[in-house]
Amino acid sequence: MSKILMKGNEAVAEAAIRAGCRLYFAYPITPQSELIEYMAKMMPKVGGTFIQAESEVAAINMVYGAAGVGKRVMTSSSSPGISLKQEGISYMAGAELPAVIVNVQRGGPGLGDIQPAQGDYFQAVKGGGHGDYQLIVLAPCSVQEFADLASDAFDLADKYRNPVMILADGMLGQMMEPVEFKPAKTQEELEALANQHLSWCICPNADGDAKHHHEINSLELDPEILEKHVNKLYEKYAEIEKNEVRYESYNVSDDNEILCVAWGTAARVVKSAINELAVRGKSIGLVRPITCWPYPYEAIASAIGPKVKKVYVFELNSGQMVEDVKIAVNGKVPVDFWGKLGGIVFTPADIQAKLEACF
Amino acid sequence: MTTEMICAGFGGQGVLTIGRFLAQAGMKEGKNVSWLPSYGPEMRGGTANVSTVISDEPIASPIVSYPDLLVALNQPSLDKFGPMVRKDGIIIYNTNMCPRGCKRDDVQLIPVPMNDIANEIGSAIVLNMLAIGIIIGKTGLVKYESIEEVLNSFLREKNPELLEKNLQAIKRGIEIGKQYT
Amino acid sequence: MQVIAKRPETLTAEPFTYCPGCTHGIATRLIAEAIEEHGLINLMAGVAPVGCAVFAYKFFNFDMAEAAHGRAPAVATGMKRGRPNMHIFTYQGDGDLAAIGTAEIVHAANRGEHISIFFINNAIYGMTGGQMAPTTLAGMKTTTSPYGRNPDDIGYPIRMCELLASLVAPYYIERVSLLSPGDILRAKKAVNKAIQYNKEERGFTFIEFISTCPTNWGFDPDKAREWAKENMLPYYKLGVFRDKGEEVQ
Ligand SMILES: Cc1ncc(C[n+]2csc(CCOP(=O)(O)OP(=O)(O)O)c2C)c(N)n1
Ligand code: SF4
Ligand SMILES: [Mg+2]
Repeated sequence: MSKILMKGNEAVAEAAIRAGCRLYFAYPITPQSELIEYMAKMMPKVGGTFIQAESEVAAINMVYGAAGVGKRVMTSSSSPGISLKQEGISYMAGAELPAVIVNVQRGGPGLGDIQPAQGDYFQAVKGGGHGDYQLIVLAPCSVQEFADLASDAFDLADKYRNPVMILADGMLGQMMEPVEFKPAKTQEELEALANQHLSWCICPNADGDAKHHHEINSLELDPEILEKHVNKLYEKYAEIEKNEVRYESYNVSDDNEILCVAWGTAARVVKSAINELAVRGKSIGLVRPITCWPYPYEAIASAIGPKVKKVYVFELNSGQMVEDVKIAVNGKVPVDFWGKLGGIVFTPADIQAKLEACF
Repeated sequence: MTTEMICAGFGGQGVLTIGRFLAQAGMKEGKNVSWLPSYGPEMRGGTANVSTVISDEPIASPIVSYPDLLVALNQPSLDKFGPMVRKDGIIIYNTNMCPRGCKRDDVQLIPVPMNDIANEIGSAIVLNMLAIGIIIGKTGLVKYESIEEVLNSFLREKNPELLEKNLQAIKRGIEIGKQYT
Repeated sequence: MQVIAKRPETLTAEPFTYCPGCTHGIATRLIAEAIEEHGLINLMAGVAPVGCAVFAYKFFNFDMAEAAHGRAPAVATGMKRGRPNMHIFTYQGDGDLAAIGTAEIVHAANRGEHISIFFINNAIYGMTGGQMAPTTLAGMKTTTSPYGRNPDDIGYPIRMCELLASLVAPYYIERVSLLSPGDILRAKKAVNKAIQYNKEERGFTFIEFISTCPTNWGFDPDKAREWAKENMLPYYKLGVFRDKGEEVQ
C-alpha cells in the first residue's frame, strides 16, 4: 500500500473503518469536524451507519447501545463535547462496554478556543466521569500513529471490554502527513468480530436457550455486590497495567544530562529541540508515554541515567502530567515543568531555550 | 537535508495549496513531509498560513520556528513571518501586495510582482502556482515532474484548462526562481 | 447635520463578526433597536449562544452571559428567576436551539418562562463550517449530509414554532423572515412585540427568523436570499402560531 497525504482527523476515521468499525455517532465540533465529515462520506459506502446525533450526550449513549449489542463503535469530539460524554463513559466503564472515543483536544476551560491543547489529561487519565473506573488512554504524536492507534484501540477495547480513549489534539487533527494504512478487515474477520461478544452482549437467542438473559447495566443497589464488581474492574485494570504500557524512548542514554517527559504533539516539539541541542553536544533524552493510562512509570524511572540532573516535563497544559512523572521519579532528581496554555503550541525554539538554560 | 517553510497570505490566495502540493510532491519522491495549516475563524476573510516541512530524515516538530524559506503573499504576512526566517534563508514575496517590502539584509530576498504576472498568464488564481514555481526554480526542493504529477491527479479530469494555466504559471515561476540561483 | 441612521445605544462599537451579507447582522440589530425603543437598556440582559452569534455578548451594550452550546434557555431561566425585575432574552442558532438544546428550549417554553427567545434558522451549522442542522431541508447537501439529507434516515427538518405551539404555556410564537425589505419590516414588528410582552411580563415569547448562510450555502448574499425564498419559505410557513395578547391560539 502506498502512502497517502492525509489530515489526522481523516486518517483516524479511515483507520477505524478498516479496523471494522461500522457504527459511528458524533456531533460536529472544531477542530474535529473533518472526522465526522469523513465518516458521513465513507460510512454509507461501506454499508456502515453514520448518525450526526443531536448532541454529544446522545452520541455517547448511541455508542453505549451499539457497544451493548457487541459491535465495533466509535465516537469523536473535542474537549467541550468530551465533557458532555463523561456521563456515558462512566456508564460504559461500569457496564464493561468496549468502544473507542477520540478527543481532538482544544484550549479550555469552558468554551476556550479551538487551538491545540492538552488540557484534558486529568479528565482522560484520572477519570472524567463519576465513580471508580479507568479508561485506556492512547496518545498519538503523528498522523501515522493516530491511524495506527485507532485499530489498536478497538483491539484493546474488545480484549478488555473497556472504553478506550485516543487523546489527540487540534494539531494532530488538522495537520497532513503521509500515512500508510493496515489492510482493511476481510469479510471473515468482520464476521469473527461480530461474533466475539455473543456470550454477554445483547443478541438474538439463537439456540432458544431458556437461560439466555444478557444485561447491559451499571446499576447494583447491593453495596456488597457493587464492591465486588468494582474490585473485579480493578483486577482487570491491574492486568492492563501489566500488559499494555507503551512508550517511546528517544535519545535516551547514559550521557543524558536531562531527561524530558512529554506526550503527543508536545513530544514532537521537544524532539526537535533535542536534535538541535545534540548538534551542540548536549545530551538530552525523552520518554514519550504512548499510553497515558496505563502510565509508563517504570520506563521513566529506568531512563534516569547517572548524569541526569533533572527531569523536565513539557506539556500544552498547566502541568497535569507532572504528578505521574513525580511518582515515577520518586524523588531521585528534581522534576521541573514548563508549558503553554490557551491553545498556544510551544515551538522548538521555546523548548530549546528552556533546555539550554539547564546547562 | 530538511527544508522548513512557511507560506502566508490572505485567505483565498491559495497559500494552503502551495504547501500541500509541495508536500505531496515531496512524498512522491520518497521524502518525509508534514503540512500544518492555521485554522479557525481567522480563515474567514483573514490571513492564512501553513508550515510545511520536507526532509530526508523523520520530521520531529511540524511547527516551524525559524523557516529556511518564507513565501509572503501580502504585507501583513511578510511583517509577521519575515523576522523569523533563518539567517541566509530565502524570502519570496509578492511586491504587488507588499508595498513596504522587507528590510532584512541577512537573507536572500526574491521580490516578484506576482499579481501582475498571474494576470498576464490569465488568472489571479494561478498566483499560488507561480509561487510554487519560484520555490522550485530557486531551491530544487522538489522536481517539476513531481509537481506536474500531483497537479495532473487533481485537475486532469476536472479542469484541463486550469491545469494548463497552472503548469504555465509554475514554469514561469521556475524561470524567475532560476534567476536568483 | 441630520442623523438619519445611527447605531442604537444598545449596541457596542464592537464590529460584527458575521460574514458580509449574512442575515445574522439584521437580526442582531432588530433586537437591539427594539430594546432601545422600549427603554430597556438598563434592565435588559441577554444570553449568547454557541454559533456564529457567539460574540453577541460583545455586541449588545448591556449585561450579557455566554452559555454552553444549547443551554441558553436554562441559563436565562436561572437569570430570570434570580433577578425577576430584569428582562432576559436568548439569541440562538438552529443547531444550538433545535439539536443540542432541544430539551432546554422545550422545557423553558413548557414552564412558560418569562423570557424571549430569538431563533436564527439558517438551515445549517454556520460556525463550524456547514454541517447538517436539524432544520436542514430534505435533500439539502451539507458536509455531514454529503449525499443530501435523507429524511428516511435522519428525519425531516424540525419546525420549532409548530413544535412549541403544541405546548400550552407559551404566550407568543411567530415565524418571520429576513429575506426582503418588507419581511424585515414585519420581523421588526414581531421583535418589538416580543420585547413589549417581555417588558409587560406576559410570558414566554419566541421569534424564529428564516435566515441565510451565504458562506456555507456557497451562494452570494442575493442568491442566498432567493434560494431561501424558494426553498425554505414553502416548508417554514411564516406567521403567528400563538399570540395570547391578540387571542390567536
Ligand atoms: C458541546 C459543544 N459541542 C459542539 C460545539 C461546536 N459548535 C460550535 S457552534 C456549533 C453549531 C452552530 O450552529 P447553529 O447553532 O446553527 O448556529 P449558526 O452558526 O448557524 O448561527 C457547534 C456544533 C461546541 N462549541 N460545544
Ligand atoms: S458562516 Fe453563515 S451564518 Fe455564520 S456569519 Fe457567515 S454567513 Fe452568517
Ligand atoms: Mg445555524
